[in-house]
Formats: sequence, C-alpha cells, structure tokens
Amino acid sequence: GGSPQSGRARLAYKNVLRAAVLIQRWYRRYVARLEMRRRCTWRIFQSIEYSCEQDQIKLHNFFSYLMDHFTPSSSKERDFISRMLTEEESYKDTEVEKLCDYESVEVPDSYTGPHLSFPLLPDHATALLEAFKQKQQLHARYVLKLLHETRKHLMQLPNINHISTCYSEEITVCGDLHGRLDDLFLIFYKNGLPSPEKSYVFNGDFVDRGKQSVEILIILFAFLLVYPKEVHLNRGNHEDHMVNLRYGFTKEVMQKYKVHGKKILKMLQNVFCWLPLATLIDQKVLILHGGVSDMTDLELLAKIQRHKVQTLPGLRKTRHTREKGRHMDSQAINGEGPVGVDPPRSSSFPGSCLQPGPASTASMASRMELAQRVRQSVQEELENCRRQVEFSETPGDKELSCVSSVTVTESELESCETSESSQEEWKQIVDILWSDPMPQEGCKMNTVRGGGCYFGPDVTEKILQKHSLQFLIRSHECKQEGYEFCHNRKVLTIFSASNYYEIGSNRGAYVKLGPDLIPHFVQYQANKTAHTLTMRQRISRVEESAFRALREKLFAHTSDLICAFKSYDQDETGTIPLSDWATAVESVLQLGLPWRMLRPQLVCSTAGGRLEYKSWLDDLAVEQRSQEHIQSSLLETIYRNRSNLETIFRIIDSDHSGLISFEEFHQTWKLFSSHMNIELTDDGINDLARSIDFNKDGNIDFNEFLEAFRLLEHSHCDKKAAELLPTPPIRHSSCKSPG
Amino acid sequence: GEEEKDGQQEEQLFSIIADIQKKITDAFEVFDHECNKTVDVREIGTIIRSLGCCPSEGDLHDMLAEVEEEEPTGYIRLEKFLPMMTKVLMERRYRPVPEDVLLRAFEVLDANKCGHLTKEELVKYMTEEGEPFTQEEMEEMLSAAVDPETNTVRYRDYITMMVVDES
Repeated sequence: GGSPQSGRARLAYKNVLRAAVLIQRWYRRYVARLEMRRRCTWRIFQSIEYSCEQDQIKLHNFFSYLMDHFTPSSSKERDFISRMLTEEESYKDTEVEKLCDYESVEVPDSYTGPHLSFPLLPDHATALLEAFKQKQQLHARYVLKLLHETRKHLMQLPNINHISTCYSEEITVCGDLHGRLDDLFLIFYKNGLPSPEKSYVFNGDFVDRGKQSVEILIILFAFLLVYPKEVHLNRGNHEDHMVNLRYGFTKEVMQKYKVHGKKILKMLQNVFCWLPLATLIDQKVLILHGGVSDMTDLELLAKIQRHKVQTLPGLRKTRHTREKGRHMDSQAINGEGPVGVDPPRSSSFPGSCLQPGPASTASMASRMELAQRVRQSVQEELENCRRQVEFSETPGDKELSCVSSVTVTESELESCETSESSQEEWKQIVDILWSDPMPQEGCKMNTVRGGGCYFGPDVTEKILQKHSLQFLIRSHECKQEGYEFCHNRKVLTIFSASNYYEIGSNRGAYVKLGPDLIPHFVQYQANKTAHTLTMRQRISRVEESAFRALREKLFAHTSDLICAFKSYDQDETGTIPLSDWATAVESVLQLGLPWRMLRPQLVCSTAGGRLEYKSWLDDLAVEQRSQEHIQSSLLETIYRNRSNLETIFRIIDSDHSGLISFEEFHQTWKLFSSHMNIELTDDGINDLARSIDFNKDGNIDFNEFLEAFRLLEHSHCDKKAAELLPTPPIRHSSCKSPG
Repeated sequence: GEEEKDGQQEEQLFSIIADIQKKITDAFEVFDHECNKTVDVREIGTIIRSLGCCPSEGDLHDMLAEVEEEEPTGYIRLEKFLPMMTKVLMERRYRPVPEDVLLRAFEVLDANKCGHLTKEELVKYMTEEGEPFTQEEMEEMLSAAVDPETNTVRYRDYITMMVVDES
C-alpha cells in the first residue's frame, strides 16, 4: 500500500529493526571481549604455572650437577651436602616395618576421630568420609597402619592393571584432584561411592596445591583396600616426594602431623613408588597420567621394577649414579664431554628424548644445543658456588680437587653396570607421567615441564595401532571444561579439580565408560559462589587473580625490565612508546603471553602513547612491598625465586621440623645467592638472619622467615592474618645486586 | 624543511601501522591453538570485536568473505587476515556504539516509554528481530540485565553497569 499510516508503520518497524541490530551488535561485542579476557587469563595462569615447573627442574639440575662434581674437602662441607642430598634407599620389608612402627604410636583417650581396624571394612571407609566432612583428622597411628597396608597391597599389583567392563557395568575415570576434597565429595555425591557395582580409576596427582591432600589419600587408599577389585590408582607426576617439597604436600603433612609427620612422609615415599603406572580397560582403553612418547614400550613398562624409581625429573640421589658422574668430572669441567648420552640426572634435561630415533637432524641439533647450554649455565653456577661457599674452619683446604675421597665398593660397581638399562626404564616412566599431547606431528622434548615430551597425533596413532587400542585417557593438564579431546578424539584429557586456578576458573569432570567404551562426561564446579556469579563476574574474579600473579612476576623482574626499557629509550626521556613496552616485557619475562591484549589491564596512565616506565614500576612495587626497609633489589630477588628459596630450605631441613641452624641458614643463603647470581655479603646475610627471631638454640624458624617476606602462599582467609604479621626491624642490608 | 617533515610523518605512519599489525597478531595468536598461524573461522568474530570493532553479523559476513579460502577449510590464515584487519583499523570502520545511541535504541523498543522493558519484550525483540540471538546468548544477557525484584530490564542502569565494567 502507499497510505501514510502504512508508511509510518513501515518506518517505525524499520527503526525497531535498526535498534535491535544495534543492541545485538553491541552485546555481541561485549561478550567477545569477555571471551578474549577469559582466554588471556587462562594463558596467564598456565604460563606462570609452567614457568614455575621449569624453575623446579633448573634447581634439580643444579643440585644434581653439584652432587656429581662438588667434592667436599672438609667434613663440614661433606655433612652439609650429604644432609642436603640424602641417599635414597629402597627399603626392604623389614626396614619398612621398623620405619613405619605404628605400634608404638599411642592413640590418646581424648582422640575423637575415627578408629580404624584391619582388615578394613566398608563401614570404615564411610566413617572416614563422615569424619573428614566434620573436619576431623585421622590419628597418625591409623595413617601409618593404613599406609603400611596400602603398600602391601600395591606391591602385589602389576605395573599395568588390566580391568574389564564385564564385572562392573560402568567404570568411572577421574583425573587430577590435587588435594581438593570438595571435588572428591562432589564426585561421590553425583556418581556414588566405590562398590562392587561401581568401579573407579583415579588417574594420579591426588596431592599438592590443594589443602586437603592428606584426606584425599586416606580416602582413596581406604577404598582401595576395601574394594581392591573395583578401585584402581595410577601414579601421577605429583606422587613424588621431591615434587611435594615444592608444591605443598610436604608442608601440609607437617602442619597436620607435627609429631609423626616425618615418619608419614618417609612411609609415603614407599607407597608412591609402588603405585601402578597405568590401567587398561578391556585391552582397548589405556589410562595413564601424562601421555606417551615415541619410545614408549608397553611390554617393557609391564616388566620393569617400578618401585625402584622413587623420584623423577632432575634429582636422582642414588650412589651408583654419583660414581658414574665422577668419571665425567674432568671432561665436564673442561667443557667437553659426551652430549646426547648422559646418565639421567646429570646436567642435561631429564627425561629428554635424547636417544637418536626417527628424529630429524634439526631437532637432534637443537637438543644437543640445549643440553650444552644447560651444562654451561650449571657449570657457571658451580664455579660461583665454589667461590662463595667457604668454610672458615678449614683454611688450608681452599682447593677442591676433582678426585673424590670416597671409596668405591663392589656393590656400587655392580649397580654402575646396570645403570644403562635402569636409565631406559626411568625414561619410560618419566615419559608416561610427564608428557603432554601437541597438535603437530612428531615427538619433542617437553622443555616447559622439564620432563617427558610433547607427543603428536602420529605418536598416538602408532601406539594405538601397535597394541590394538581404541584411545588413550590421560590427565595432567587443566582444562576449562574439565575434559578435552585431541588427536582426532584418540586422546582424552580428564581433569577433576574444579576451580583449579581460582574460584570460577574451570569445571572439573569425570568420564564413565560402559562395555561399549563410549565416554559419557559429567561436569561440575565445587563452589557455591561460582554458581551464583554471572559469567561477567566469574571472569572478572578469575582475571583479577591472574593479574595479581602477573604483576607480582613483573615486580620480581624490575631490574631487568628497567634495563630493557632503557634500551628502547635511547634519548633518555624516561618514557617509551607503548608498542615497545610489550616487546620489552616479553623479552624479560618470556612467558609467551599476548601482552598487547593484556596492556589495558596492566598499564593505566599513558601520555601520548608513551609510558613513564620508572613510575609504572614504582607503582607495581608499592603493591608488593611488605618490608619498606629491605632493599628493593633483594626483595625482588626473593620474590623471583621464592619457590626455589623455599624448596632449598626444605631440602636442608631434612627432618621437616621447620627449623634450621644459623650455620645452615648461612650456607643455604650463600648457595642460593650463587645459584641466583647475586652477590651477597656476609653482613647482608647476617642482617637477614637478625631480622628473624632465632634465639632458640641457634635455630631459625624459617617458616617465620618465609612468612615475614610473604613468601608463603596465602589463601584468601590467611591474607588478613598475614597483614597482621609484625615487620621485623632491619637497620641496613649491605647487599649488592647487578642492574 | 618540508621533506624532513614528510619523512617524519611517514615514519610515524609506519610505526602506527606496525603497532596495529602487532596488536592484530597478538589477538590472532590467542586463538591459534595449533600454533600454525590459523584460527577456526568461528573465532574470527571474537578476534575482530576484541580489537575494538563493533560489526553487525552482516558486516562480519562481508569481512569473512574477504579472508576465507576459495575452498573454505574452516580455518582462516593470519596471512589473509592481517591485511584486511589492518585496513579496517586504519579506516576506523565498525566503530563501537556510543552510550547515548545505545540508550536511544532501547528507548525505541520501549514503546510505552516507561523506562524499562519487560523480560518478555526484551526476549521477543532479541530473538525475533534484527540478527536474532541464540538461546544461549539470550539467557546470558538476561542473567545480568533483568532486575530480579521487578523482573524487568531497567535499561538505563543496565547500560551504565556494562559500560563501567568495560572500562
């Protein structure tokens, strides 16, 4: 029609249309930006997590090299080093009995927690669940006995467990739990408890990071003993006492079990190493914690003595490898030495695919280059260390010879000869516990984690075909939705710790397999708050947490950042263009983050597209600084290396008491500063020591020390308490640092 | 003199372009999961919008047509995306919607001029008119836009909240 009314109506309608499109397009942009923020946040958390793992490996490499080539010239030195790197002994049964010794542990009448009697019954397991819900703690006696029985049981199991869907209709597979008891409760609530009708496979990483690793282990072990045919546990890379030192499990045990914690930890070492390595369902679905490599050999894996491998990447504290290391002394010192054929714990990357396989020459060359670079840097550190660590009691013994005074016994010689095969076995285990899938074909060293490799879809395909498998289930990596397929749905990652990085960061999931072996997923998020938040609020919250961590990292590299910024500020204006900011920051932090995407959140005030970098860094420092009077460069170094520092202290504190002697503190700090490449005078160390109350028998409560510098991780509730900590007085620290 | 000034301006222009290109590459790489300079075509909208543009679905369609392969593979290559996106940003196309224009758009939908929309009204407009929302998009918008007490969308407050959140 052509009437004015219909004309008006048409116009009105057109306006509505236009308005709708406008709103929709505005809203879609809003959502897109949220999505970008979410992705960036995820990247921040991941890259920080992995760079921490790299630190761990570097530290271990340093200690390994130290152990091989540093020959103590005085009894003091020897004691110090040997105490730091105590020998590993694989315990015989009788020794374990003696060690475990739960009999002598009395349960007082005042104890109100659950009592366990053996053999365990289903009622005991449910009683434990109830008790932990009530925040009770299992008495050390029962813990030790439980560990003892668990070990006995695990010893009977093969390396690869074969299970079938015909006995219990469905099998539920859970991934990393990392001490999140709430998630385990949620899984049992949604899926039911383990029972003859309900089989479970728990795919490793039960401990570390979360605060209830002890409870999770107790529950899992209890159900394991009660339903041995239905409950199966695979070892993860965190079932490893060296890793536990850094990531919190050791600390948790010592906090909860002050008297018997040490015993429990030692016992746990002997339980972890007996955990099976993999589970096979219906001969078709292989479940293991990390992944595979192009060298993975299931037949070999089935045969090896898995308990011989107590700890994985980096530190191997066995006598025989130390012997072998000595032969390499002179070669290594001169910068020569075999590259590509190393004993596992020397200065090359552990668990690396150093065997010449179907690898291209390019990747071989880069591996060798990497090994050489690591060797060089470790060598430098060792030289520094030698200069720094002086023992005043033996003034004459300044020279440290390469010849060791330790005599070689016959048994040590024997174990020397078998080291090659044990190296291969060790690598097989590292690969399946530490590897990650990658989209590209091939197999290359996992430099991010420092152990295992990155394996491509071709590697997956090869192993599936070789053993007639349908697909792999693994864990080891946190996934937004709790699970993720890759390699053409041939590899499934399942991750069961929700809110892993922060409340709202990710869901957890478990997968159920019936006789048809078709996976069914159940996702969850174990936190009421997470549910009530809108997407926007959830993302904001997680983002806040990520950026806090990132700002801390930036602060920790202040000196290097200033150098980098100055190189872009040739005219010394005190400012740099914003576009150079991103390049500079990446060159220093090397986190591989999309800095230009993150810039709006990190840089607030700019004038004319340029940043005043000095004041920007000062603002960062104000946030972080807890001790105004400590020289900022020292604080920066502490922050940068805090988990290394903590780990070194914990290694020194071999009885896990939280106390080290003043002398040990002194030596530790020197070792630390040489490793971290800063100069620290004796006065500097003394000032630090004086800032801590160590007037108890010349011991330093290093927990207090770490607390004082905000080095321990705080949960949100602990933060308030931390703010109330007294600031210890320090007159001046006479320490220098470069830059 | 003149030549010098021209030279300086040219240099500035080059550095602006270089900065834009680095920004685009950074955003692209966030979604480049296989680390091979490609992204899933379904993520292109997110990338373009997070770079500051506010295209409609129709605009997006046009941009995609420029960067897709002759035989669509489901992936977009950085090689093709970069020049297109650089031009878009240099020409300042698809600028974001200013707050006052957004407000007027809501007012157009608010036929009774009462300062708010009912939940049903908003759903009707967003899922039936213009470039309709999916159910997921609708639910997500409602979760933040609807005032639970009155069950209405007080659009003025809603806009203010969203805009603050953005900055």
